Amino acid sequence: MGRKLLTEHINVEGIDTFDVYRKHGGYRSVEKALKTMTPDEVVEEVKKSGLRGRGGAGFPTGMKWSFLAKPEGVPRYLVCNADESEPGTFKDRQLMSKLPHLLIEGMIAGSYALGARTSYIYIRGELLYVLRILEKAIAEAYAAGFLGENILGSGYSLDLHVHPGAGAYICGEETALLESLEGKRGNPRNKPPFPAVQGLYARPTVVNNVETIAAVPVIVNEGGDEYAKIGVGKSTGTKLISACGHLNKPGIYEIELGVPVEEFIYSDEYCGGIWKGRDLKAVVAGGSSVPILPKELILKTAAGENRLMTYESLSDGGFITGTMLGSGGFIAMDETTCIVKNTWNFSRFYHHESCGQCSPCREGTGWLEKVLHRLEHGHGSMHDIDLIVSVAKQIEGNTICPLGEAAAWPVSAAVRHFRHEFEWHVTNPKEATAPGAAYRGAPVLA
Amino acid sequence: MAKITFDGIEVEVPDGTTILNAARQIGGGVVPPAMCYYTPLKGTGGKCRACLVRVAAGSAKDPRPMPKLVASCITTVQDGMVVENTTSQQVMDVRKGIVEMLLINHPLDCPVCDQAGECDLQDFAFEHGVSTTRYEEERRTFEKIDIGPLIQLHMTRCILCYRCVYTADQLTPERVHGVLGRGDASEIGTYIENIIDNEFSGNVIDVCPVGALTDKTFRFKQRVWFTKPVNAHRECENEKCCGKVTLWYKGKDVLRVTARKDQYGEVKEWICNTCRFDKKETADWVLEGPAHINRASVIAQNHYELPVVNPQVILDLPESTTRELERNPPLRLGGING
Repeated sequence: MGRKLLTEHINVEGIDTFDVYRKHGGYRSVEKALKTMTPDEVVEEVKKSGLRGRGGAGFPTGMKWSFLAKPEGVPRYLVCNADESEPGTFKDRQLMSKLPHLLIEGMIAGSYALGARTSYIYIRGELLYVLRILEKAIAEAYAAGFLGENILGSGYSLDLHVHPGAGAYICGEETALLESLEGKRGNPRNKPPFPAVQGLYARPTVVNNVETIAAVPVIVNEGGDEYAKIGVGKSTGTKLISACGHLNKPGIYEIELGVPVEEFIYSDEYCGGIWKGRDLKAVVAGGSSVPILPKELILKTAAGENRLMTYESLSDGGFITGTMLGSGGFIAMDETTCIVKNTWNFSRFYHHESCGQCSPCREGTGWLEKVLHRLEHGHGSMHDIDLIVSVAKQIEGNTICPLGEAAAWPVSAAVRHFRHEFEWHVTNPKEATAPGAAYRGAPVLA
Repeated sequence: MAKITFDGIEVEVPDGTTILNAARQIGGGVVPPAMCYYTPLKGTGGKCRACLVRVAAGSAKDPRPMPKLVASCITTVQDGMVVENTTSQQVMDVRKGIVEMLLINHPLDCPVCDQAGECDLQDFAFEHGVSTTRYEEERRTFEKIDIGPLIQLHMTRCILCYRCVYTADQLTPERVHGVLGRGDASEIGTYIENIIDNEFSGNVIDVCPVGALTDKTFRFKQRVWFTKPVNAHRECENEKCCGKVTLWYKGKDVLRVTARKDQYGEVKEWICNTCRFDKKETADWVLEGPAHINRASVIAQNHYELPVVNPQVILDLPESTTRELERNPPLRLGGING
């Protein structure tokens, strides 16, 4: 059993209240940071820890923090991205609703490190009950003197606000999030300037995922070097994986990075294998936007090595034979899954969620969805399969924000690895459109 | 000052200039097309992706190429930057794709569209697109909406460039005009079905690159290539109005009044609704002479003015560049202003 750094006390009764959380060692990192460390020392520890952004991109957090512009006399902000809405990812919701004080503790330590006097948690609009939990926890933290003026007599003051979104996936993109937080339409901004220079209210801003911020207290308490000992290579620490799909034990697992994918799927400690004794067909390893991989490639890399749950191992082979760790939304699909239907479903989501600002994404996502709908319902042609690959390629890399890529990658990967299923829909439309139909033939490896 | 190489042509521009504006200083066929960027409006650009270019070298200090194509209208130049536009096959292919994307939900019925002949999308598709479509599905359609008595909005033709939104936002004090909805269901609208009641509202017609916003006093009166553009001015009582316009004549009648557009279709000085909609008599104006129309435009087929060749642009180039040009002429240099 791996170490649990974030979720060790998640099942303790009343851990969402300040008193119980404090009894279990909560807010130690705030005391340590504010009383014994300078802000730069905190940043240094985070750098040493090798912590990487848990929201999907995996950018080193310490580096992001050190990029923050620090002009004199200008406020800076730390914004927590709690707009978790990637299909397949549901880790932040659980973390916030069970351990609200962990996030608040991380926000205080992080804000102190960055010199922010006001910080925001931008939470997904649908998570209204979590918003209430957080607001209650914040009120408790204010009452206990961990927020507000002159925290613990250190002279450092911080105000923390929670702000709900209005239900748009695109507001999880950091610049769209900032626009939305400013009260505008949630359209992603053109970059540069990056938020580290001009973010919220055109001030230097760091936007971090909930899980990233929740890891900060651990790093402050135990030290960056200690944290970096967990994991493999540049993938340090623990990661929450929200496993779902056709698994015996779906749920949220905190794993030490470096667990083999095979062990994660089949061992009883984690997901306990594929349900109903069926065979695994494919896995989407990091939330719906990362490329789908067939069983053979998710368990072993193209070179025949065991694939591990790390940023590097999962992306081994690039997008030809690899994928990404992403946000940790691990979707397993058994042999009864129709990949075409699944791809259409993902595509429908991105069509619905495109903000409509830039033309390739606005028009392309709709086009993809319509052609996939046609293929799935048995009206497609062989030409359509090439068409969706071509349209996906026209979107990829040519958009303002990564939503275009998120819409294109699953489609091109599905065709790359499961072209035979698309062709089966074209050649056997009657069979393929029967309820619950899925291609059961031998997989054809690209 | 920053020196950049654009399609093999060196040009020196002030720091902070965008790649697109640097290319416009060179002029001619190397200039990337722009469907959403509009120089006088703050915040425009980056949306249509028509002006994507490849940066082969980021700067003299860091000569690595940029990983993705960048929107030239919002990316500022760095000293030593090397940019490829017409010289990059990748850029040309992507641009073809952008035309296709812009056209999949745009009706292909130019013959019945009032904007035909002066439509940026028509030009863009003609220059960079292909003549077939791969899109078989139904296109999105909307009902026509009257935004007040003078302007008609037909969302079906809109390419969501946001120019009118910025115009309404920056020229008029109270914002009632914006984008509603999301993705390909988003539409330009007023809150809620309000009319735009403002002295400068007519400018949204001029900035619209397609036939989505049209002048109701001119709609379907005449095909634009049968009218004759004449520059004129008057002393306008409105302080913010420049009073410099183009009158569009058919015979002796002024059918339409618009603000003056430069060679990139941009209005640099705005006019008020009184000048635009109410002053349609020759007696209201001091005539200046035929307005310049690009030789390639269908409107110019009636030869209102002699073709103008502006050699000054070439003469102003540094000698090394002209030598390079002689050896290696870029595409359609003859298109300069002619």
